Amino acid sequence: MHAKLRPGILLLAGALLAAGCSAGSTASPGTAPGSPDAPLRIGLTAEPANLDFTRTDGAAIPEALLVNVYEGLVELNQQTGEIEPALAESWTVSPDGLVYDFTLREGVTFSNGEAFTADDVKFSIERVKSDAWTVSLKSGMDAVAGVEVVSPTHARVTLSRPSNSWLFRMTTRIGAMFDPSGVGDLANAPVGTGPYTVSEFRRGDRLVLTRRDDYWGEAPAIRQVDLQYFRDATAAVNALLTDGIDVIGTVQAPEALAQFDGDSRFQVIEGTTNGEVTLAMNNASGPTSDVRVRRAIAMAIDHQAVLDTAWAGRGALIDTMVPPTDPWHQPLPDVTPYNPEAARALLAEAGTPNPSLRFRIANLPYAVAAAQVVQSQLAAVGIQTQIEPLEMPARWLETVFRNADYDLSIVAHVEPRDISTFGQPGYYWRYTNPEVQRLLADSETGSAEQQVDDLRQVGRLIAEDAAADWLFLLPNLIVADADVKGLPQNRIGEALDLTALSRG
Amino acid sequence: MLQLVRRTAVFAAGLVVASVVVFAFMSVLPGDPARVALGVNATEEAVAATRAAFGTDRPLVVQYLDWVSGLPVGDFGRSYVTDVDIGPQIVDRLLVTTWLVFSGMAVALVVALPLGVLAAVHHRRAGGTAITAFSQIGVAVPSFLAGILLVTVFAVQLGWLPSGGWTPPAQDPVDFLRKLLLPALALGLVQGAVLTRYVRSAVLDVLREDYLRTARSKGLTPGRALVRHGLRNAAIPVVTVLGLQLATLLVGAVVVERVFVIPGLGSLLLDGVANRDLLLVQGVVIVLVLAVLVVNFLVDVAYTVLDPRLRRAA
Repeated sequence: MHAKLRPGILLLAGALLAAGCSAGSTASPGTAPGSPDAPLRIGLTAEPANLDFTRTDGAAIPEALLVNVYEGLVELNQQTGEIEPALAESWTVSPDGLVYDFTLREGVTFSNGEAFTADDVKFSIERVKSDAWTVSLKSGMDAVAGVEVVSPTHARVTLSRPSNSWLFRMTTRIGAMFDPSGVGDLANAPVGTGPYTVSEFRRGDRLVLTRRDDYWGEAPAIRQVDLQYFRDATAAVNALLTDGIDVIGTVQAPEALAQFDGDSRFQVIEGTTNGEVTLAMNNASGPTSDVRVRRAIAMAIDHQAVLDTAWAGRGALIDTMVPPTDPWHQPLPDVTPYNPEAARALLAEAGTPNPSLRFRIANLPYAVAAAQVVQSQLAAVGIQTQIEPLEMPARWLETVFRNADYDLSIVAHVEPRDISTFGQPGYYWRYTNPEVQRLLADSETGSAEQQVDDLRQVGRLIAEDAAADWLFLLPNLIVADADVKGLPQNRIGEALDLTALSRG
Repeated sequence: MLQLVRRTAVFAAGLVVASVVVFAFMSVLPGDPARVALGVNATEEAVAATRAAFGTDRPLVVQYLDWVSGLPVGDFGRSYVTDVDIGPQIVDRLLVTTWLVFSGMAVALVVALPLGVLAAVHHRRAGGTAITAFSQIGVAVPSFLAGILLVTVFAVQLGWLPSGGWTPPAQDPVDFLRKLLLPALALGLVQGAVLTRYVRSAVLDVLREDYLRTARSKGLTPGRALVRHGLRNAAIPVVTVLGLQLATLLVGAVVVERVFVIPGLGSLLLDGVANRDLLLVQGVVIVLVLAVLVVNFLVDVAYTVLDPRLRRAA
């Protein structure tokens, strides 16, 4: 018995000794701050399941890899929302909107040493349309009829119909450029043209990106970036406070930010995202199939109160499915203003003064917190709701998203330019409006001004129909050591752009 | 010999039953792995194709046999979601969790053995009562709460130790120990409180035995008498509890791993469930079941070592 104990005692004694020896120096070995080669450690929430966004969905993979490891022909400016050159130096569009001619940068290589040419453009785009890609986002490439290699630096893409959204979709993961010899093990060994490569993926812990020496563009200042994954928001905050990490890339506990405000060791960045936290209403069945009931719900909700409770007041209020960084953003405060009296009147008019609704939400912190405020505000006008949190993603996807077996739901819609979902009758809103569908189709073919005009009208129509209610827009919240520079203020694309980061 | 055969049979039957139960639970879990992998807006054709690729469109019996037939040779299959072999992944994570469990156990023993003996020897005095009261409080604290408190005090407030994370011992032993200490304490202090009570009552029982009185009448001090003749007997019930506690420690480790951001089996299990990575979850659970069965077996062996009377039966 005693003999068996000894290793345990030794272990503990060793631990105490080690802890005592280095007490006071909180920095881990090899990460001396200020050293130019010290890794920059960024805490994130969702860990990639694997590194292959062509077969596995989820925001975590493109967040880590797009722009940093993979590049596209074009990229999205996070500040202005404009489409800018990336691997394509320039491009022209034919007057009928069907032919895109891309002039490619020269001297670009993949991380496996292969040169990037128009052949790779053809390979990558055609691959999205093949069975190799399985994630549903590939439908963004449906408009493409074919790709032609005019010369090594000239690729011509022909669309089967004009599409104003196609070039924008090329800034997302479906626009990533691959090398034919580099797609053998995408889940573990990505090969792209970007300034970083994946040097280590310790599952459950971290993804390590290392700067490439042979990158075609301006080399990033940071040699190594460690993306560390924290399922628990408090653990991430503790890690930042104890110098376990340098940046929290996506703050999931905004109420914890108060302790960083006014602390000179840290900076807090607040910008905007694409994440509309949406109160979905079933437009096809149940009490919410009546537009008067839906409008009553929208008017019964004090959105500022929801934002204050659910996300500590950080974020913006929006009146329709459009974030302020989209060109067709518009405030619509008068469509369904907060007015409990009017809400009651609408319910009475609809003949259902006390409807009872199934409130099936995603089991995520913001949704649970928001649902409770919404529930009490709806109760104040006579609407009863039973909140049922569904495990995200598996159960929510099955019950609400696929089968539309719900009356009310809450989830954040982070996909860019997702106003188009209101043109799909099969989408879980189950919203059918021919006028909206016509305007969405028109917006694809007309001029840029026409597109803005059409989509503004769509925004207004879905707000008037109360096709859903928009609780608030998720902010981009970052806390970091004060000396970290180049952090993106807004997050409106899929990538967490690490290329501009520096220290000191 | 007969005993050994019987024990092995029970062991094997336990594994088979566990594999069926685990598989059955995973297959009735709502949520389709293919749909989770493909995400929103997946077409029905794509979902069907992915199901075929995963093999989840086959009859359940076929899926079960396919899975279970690989287990004896350590083939846990390939994860749907991460596209890597599950076996090596489980081994990686199991190593981490093993460190946690055994360091937690070490802390528990270091706390419980002296305190339990002291509490028993002084059970009529204030010191003994105080220890009993403290252990009572300790029993009521869940290990994740202990973990949060330890992080708040020793990492965030005092800055002595890291708030979490993991460094493999081979990579940097000092950093490894610094990161292991708080989680080991979180697990071990709570378990130590539980164990203290068992050690106390076991020692109390022994103190009342005739042979101890005999030993003292031969001139041994109470302390010597206990060490020479009593502790071995007191150890038998304590070892039983230790075996049971090892299972509790495994469960506690799952939660503590989350508080301390440790890439062990617990976080693997939670991610697996969320992603509907059925093969992965089945693999992890069957390994946990195996671990508990092995522990029970070892407890049996420990009995026979500690109590010669039981050797004849074995």
